[in-house]
Order: sequence, then structure tokens, then C-alpha cells
Amino acid sequence: MITFEDVTKRYRDGTVAVDDLSLEVPTGAITVFVGPSGCGKTTSLRMINRMIDATSGRITLNGQDVREIDPPTLRRGIGYVIQQAGLFPHRKIVDNVATVPYLLGWSKKKARARAMELLELVGLDPSLAHRYPFQLSGGQQQRVGVARALAADPPVLLMDEPFSAVDPIVRASLQDELLRLQSELRKTIVFVTHDIDEAVKLGDTVAVLRVGGRLAQMAGPATLLTEPADDFVREFLGRDRGIRRLSFISAKEVRLSPPPADLVTDEDGRPLGWRSGGGLAAYGVFNPEADSLRVALDAALLSPNGVAVAVDEEGRVRGVAGRDAIDELLAEYAPPVAGPAAGAQSSRGGPPTVGPPPGAGSSQGAPT
Amino acid sequence: MNWLADFFGDPSHWSGPDGIPVRLLEHLEFSAAAFLVAALIAVPLGLFIGHTGRGALVVVVAANAARALPTLGLLVLVVLLAGVGTVLPVLIPLIVLAIPPILVNTYQGVRGVDADLRDAAYGMGLRGRQVLVRTLIPVALPLILLGLRLAAIQVVSTATIAAFVGLGGLGRFIIDGLATKTYADVIGGAVLVAVLALAVQFAFVLLDRVAVSPGVRQSR
Repeated sequence: MITFEDVTKRYRDGTVAVDDLSLEVPTGAITVFVGPSGCGKTTSLRMINRMIDATSGRITLNGQDVREIDPPTLRRGIGYVIQQAGLFPHRKIVDNVATVPYLLGWSKKKARARAMELLELVGLDPSLAHRYPFQLSGGQQQRVGVARALAADPPVLLMDEPFSAVDPIVRASLQDELLRLQSELRKTIVFVTHDIDEAVKLGDTVAVLRVGGRLAQMAGPATLLTEPADDFVREFLGRDRGIRRLSFISAKEVRLSPPPADLVTDEDGRPLGWRSGGGLAAYGVFNPEADSLRVALDAALLSPNGVAVAVDEEGRVRGVAGRDAIDELLAEYAPPVAGPAAGAQSSRGGPPTVGPPPGAGSSQGAPT
Repeated sequence: MNWLADFFGDPSHWSGPDGIPVRLLEHLEFSAAAFLVAALIAVPLGLFIGHTGRGALVVVVAANAARALPTLGLLVLVVLLAGVGTVLPVLIPLIVLAIPPILVNTYQGVRGVDADLRDAAYGMGLRGRQVLVRTLIPVALPLILLGLRLAAIQVVSTATIAAFVGLGGLGRFIIDGLATKTYADVIGGAVLVAVLALAVQFAFVLLDRVAVSPGVRQSR
């Protein structure tokens, strides 16, 4: 566990980058620091591996003050991924990945074997191992950056806007890949981004920071969307909070009805469309086992009759859900009646989560 | 063309203490000595200033002084101070001439390494010296070699001034040729100096091929 205790970073010119920050980063989960530029999120991250030292307060890693550890030793035990990947241009991909194992004195053979394993783990073709960084695309370089950070199997991973320099499609696939990796590896990850959608997608816990380096709110993404602590957080979260929150509710509980006769299927039971006049009308499907309520609602909206088709893994019809069935679940997960300090203090366990692994949904009080 | 044939065709030019081989060797000796001393001073200094950021003013001063300093003037000055008969009056101006290009390019090379790369190197847990040796120098190597090449070519061409103070080298053909109006010698000497400079240039191209990582060379 990483703990910030009253951490402040003040530069010589008087600028305060981080102001009295106290929070806990839970072990084995992704914690996202998010906020507008100038909110101190990168500074906070870099204080963990002492790329920057705090002016006051302390940061502990498994109970030990990081200030007591010699920086290079500390950093070799913490994975670090930065925005432009920062690969060493003069080294082959395999040797880039093996950087920390080499530093730790592993034999070349062992370090390279480990590097090859990691390339595979992050979804890169092993034939890229003997290329140089300039021969790879931005997305591939970023994967190498992640592999390099994981090489010595550190329990903690710091990721500083790692996906912000690649195009949206590559970014989405890198995010999915990170979630897949995390479900296997269960690292303690601190992830910095300015993109709230990325924060909500990846974070088990999201810490929203405001300009001047103060914590505005720290909560699970679903809680954040339902109960923003104040106007700043609400504005930062942006539009469609209500709809986006549905991504965190599983569609598993949607009440299914038997498929009606006018749903045409093929011989395997896969939907073909709704019978409509002489032809077939469009339909929308969701998989109750894997999808969220947002997908179910979207499927209902795509059908002319407002009925979503539920399918299994193989795409065979399991039943249908009308808007009334979806609405029942929506009512069940309606935001709670707001109390005076509901946003900041709530520690509701939250509905079953989808996508990001259910991590510490704990929320912390925001500073006043 | 006849002058070249006269010069290179004369068998007496190919042997003895004032023949081409001996003069060439002398020339290479002055040049190599001056170049090595300059490199031993300027490369570590450039690396240090580039890595630590301390003393960048030295680089600026060196770069400007180099443009302003008349080599021949310095030669005469050192002769007046140190006296004729030693090799010092030749070496000092050549060293002074060679330091600025090496210093400036080494410094620029190290300074110019991408900040993200430096950051990544420290972030992986490399120590200061490891960052310099394993990251900054390999990435800056093309510029460091460029500085060394410029310096070597300048030294080789300028080493002809050794003849002004009674020392050997290829400058002898030029100075003596001018004094005795033997223009074949003047031109022959000049051609030899030019060929030598080209050979140095070529040697550095080869060195660049061998020493610089393909990853750095290609990505420029």
C-alpha cells in the first residue's frame, strides 16, 4: 500500500504543486489521479519514486518512508511508464525491456528470456525483439514501455499519461490490454491522466485533483458519477453522467422474457431481425453475463419496438428485455436521496461492477 | 598538371629526411598529438557540462573565442614566449584550434538528448554515471564524432604552419617552395594536405558506421 500523509510540494518560486495531500493507494488495484493541468497529478506520482521530493509530509510504501530509500534502489523496485514511452533509441527492443533486470545484475540470457516473455504478455510479436524503437509504431512503443516497466516484476507500477500520445483507437486497445493484464497481475497501479473517461474506465478508485494540488474527491468511478462532491468535480466529469454511470451496473439482473414470435432467428437460434411488414427490422443485442446496463439500454433503443435481445456467448437468443424491464433495474439503482454531504462522505458498496475488476470501492472524504 | 608530375615524379622526393614519407609522418605526428590532447580535454569537459548543466558559459566562450583567434598569430606569440626549437609553439595553437568544435558538439549532443529519455533512464533506476554512459553518450555519439571529425580535419590542414617555425611536416614543401619559387613543391604539398584531410574525413565516416547504434543513426 502507498500512503500520502499531508504531502506538500512547494517550489522555490513559491508555486504550490501539491497541497497537503493525504490519501491511500490500495494494494492490487488501479488508482487514477485525474485533474486539469496544474493540479499536481504528475508531481504526486513522481514523488512516489522520488523523481521529485516532497517539501513536507511523507509518502510510505508498505509502511516505509520512501525518503529513507536511495532513489535508484527505490526506482528499480517500481515500474515506471511515461507518456512518450521514453525507449532507449540505441538499444534493441529486447534490451530495452531488459533494462531493469540488467541493472539488478541478472545474466544476459536470463534477462533476455524474461524480456521475451514480457513482449508476449503485452501482446507484441516476438519478431519485434531485435528491432530498434524507431521501427515501431507509437502504440507498439507504448506496449514496450509497459513491458519494460514490468520486467523485474515490481509490485507497484506508476503510469504517467502513458496513452495520451496515441490515437483514440490505439488508446482504447491499450486501455483494454491494461485491464486484461491487471486482471492477471494484480499490481498496485497509480495511473495519471487528464482524461476523465480514461480515469473512469480504468480506475478502481479515482482521485480527482483540482488546480493548486488539492484533492477534490476520491471514490470508485460509479460513486464519482452518481455523487460528485462539488461543482468542480461535477463539471470535470462532464456531460451524460447518468448514462455513463450505467456502465458500472451489470445487465445480469435484467428480467428477461421469452422471445416473442415476431423475433426471427436462424436455425442455431441467432437473431436475424424483427418481423416488420414484409421484411426484417433492425435489432439490438446484449449479453447479460458480460455487458452492462448501458449496453442493454442501448440495445433497446436500437430496436423499433424498444425491446432488447439478450444473447449468450455464442450469440444465441436467451430472451428479450423490454424498456419496462430495464426501467425496473434503473429504478433499483437510482442515485440515493442527497444528504447534506452525500457526495464526499458516501461509502456505499456500490452495485456490481463490470469492466474494471471490482477493487476497493472505498471513498475518502475530500478536504474542505 | 606538369607541376604535379614534376613533384610526385621526382624520385628524390620519395626518400631522405626531406622526402614525402618522412614529411608525411612528421605531419601526422604533430596532428595526432594535438588532436589527442584536445580530445582528452574537450570530450570529458563537454560530457561533464552537458550532463550536469554546470559551466555552460565555458562552452559559449570557447565557441566564440575559436572564431576570433588567429592561429598564425598565436603561433608567433608562443614562439616569442617559448622560443624556437621546441614542438610546443606548434602544438599549442593546434590544440586551441581543436578544442572548440569538440567541446561545443559534445556539449550539444549530450544537452540535446530528449528530456523524456533522460527521465526514463533515471526512472528505471539508473544512477547519474550510468545515465551518462549507457544513455547519453550512445545517443549523443553522432554529434560527438562530428566534433572530433571537424577538429581532426582542421588540425591536419593547419599543421602546415609548423613549417613557419622551422619544424617539419607537409608545410615544408609549401613554405620552402614559396621561398624558392619552386611552385611544383607548393602545389604538391598543398595536394598532399588536402588528400590527408579527405582521408581523415573518410576514417571518421567508417568510425561512425561501426560505433553508432543503427537505432540512433536511422532515427535521425
